[in-house]
Amino acid sequence: MRQIIYFIKKFRYFLLFIVLEILAFIVIVQDHSYHQSKFVNSANAITGGVYNKVNSVSAFFHLKKDNQLLSEENVRLKNLLEARANKFVLDSFTVIDTSQYFQKYDYSTAKIINNNFTKRNNFLTINKGAKHGLAPDLGVINSKGIIGVIKNVSSNYASVLSILNTNSKINVRLKNSNHFGTLVWDGKDYNITQIIDIPRQAVVKTGDTIITGGKSAIFPEGIAVGVVKDFNYEQNKYQIINIVLFNDMSAIGEVQIVKNLHKNEQIILEQSVVNE
Amino acid sequence: MNNLAVNNAVRFIGLLFLQVLILNYLNIFGHINPMVYIVWVFLYPVRKTRSLFLILSFLLGISIDFFSDSGGINAFAITFIAYFRLPILMAVLKKSDLDYGQFNLKTLSANKTILFISILTVIHHFIVFSLEYFSFSEFLNIISNTVLTSIFTIMISFLGITLFAKKK
Repeated sequence: MRQIIYFIKKFRYFLLFIVLEILAFIVIVQDHSYHQSKFVNSANAITGGVYNKVNSVSAFFHLKKDNQLLSEENVRLKNLLEARANKFVLDSFTVIDTSQYFQKYDYSTAKIINNNFTKRNNFLTINKGAKHGLAPDLGVINSKGIIGVIKNVSSNYASVLSILNTNSKINVRLKNSNHFGTLVWDGKDYNITQIIDIPRQAVVKTGDTIITGGKSAIFPEGIAVGVVKDFNYEQNKYQIINIVLFNDMSAIGEVQIVKNLHKNEQIILEQSVVNE
Repeated sequence: MNNLAVNNAVRFIGLLFLQVLILNYLNIFGHINPMVYIVWVFLYPVRKTRSLFLILSFLLGISIDFFSDSGGINAFAITFIAYFRLPILMAVLKKSDLDYGQFNLKTLSANKTILFISILTVIHHFIVFSLEYFSFSEFLNIISNTVLTSIFTIMISFLGITLFAKKK
């Protein structure tokens, strides 16, 4: 017994070192597994508060660009509305049957207060949290395309797993055919991501538009992602397809959060099929 | 002693905010962000009792991790170089014993300071990037990131240390 105490006394500095390193390593391993919500993240009151303060100053310098983006989106939406109105204008009378309408997605706005895009695994922090109805696994988009998926929420802030992350795998498809693939990032250029698992029957051309596939329960179908930059077709399959994102991931401010109201229904149904 | 504690507290908070609010967004040549917060390890006074130093270093690392969503990567790396600081310092000075109370980094010659800083920086950056990429196939990326980022970290730390040195 005395020898044990002597041993601990003699090596206590080394033991402290080992304990701290193991502690750090546990946090790292927890961080690398996607399904565990992690403890060390920027969605807490202190870091979120600091980023919020800093952002309230720096956001002032982006006002002009933000306004321009908003008016561009307004134009796009107004055009959509016009196209819709033309279709129904011939009806002499309209009956609105509310049972035929259903809302599948719910959108809310948020602002990015911390943006990373240079690391291998990037996270963003936004200024809305559980208080505003956010939860893990909600999609984050802006007017130009997809940005990421919410990973952790605190009461006022949330951290977002950016599409520029090893753990990010998002279902996408070609706009002109229904071939699905998975959007990943190789960590090199923040404007260029990759698509894997596209079936070899798919006809891919440079300049093709890529949109979200809607096979996942997170993003609605048809949100813009990017265009095909180049690809490599070898051994009868697509080895690599590079995509130029519509979004400039280094300059994003206002974002929208997509909540899928039918998500539970879809997941329960899919699970019951698997269990049979 | 009291003065020293205040000094360290200011340095801790100062380095933390310098790192997470400014240096993490520098993006030199598009992607290089020097990690100057490890100046903490270079400047913390060398004492016989080192446990507090180790714990504080760990806390600084984990605080950086909180801000930059990097898990425990920075905590792991800074604790590692904090533990090996003294052996490396001994090796640089080619001494086997130190006068703990009197030692000060600012009294070293520039050559030895740069050598000391460079060794610790390269070790730290290598650990950080290895853990960030977490795969052998990206070995070249890890090495190139380590070398490029180290160059800027060493330059900024050395300039900072010499500029802010108190004149006697």
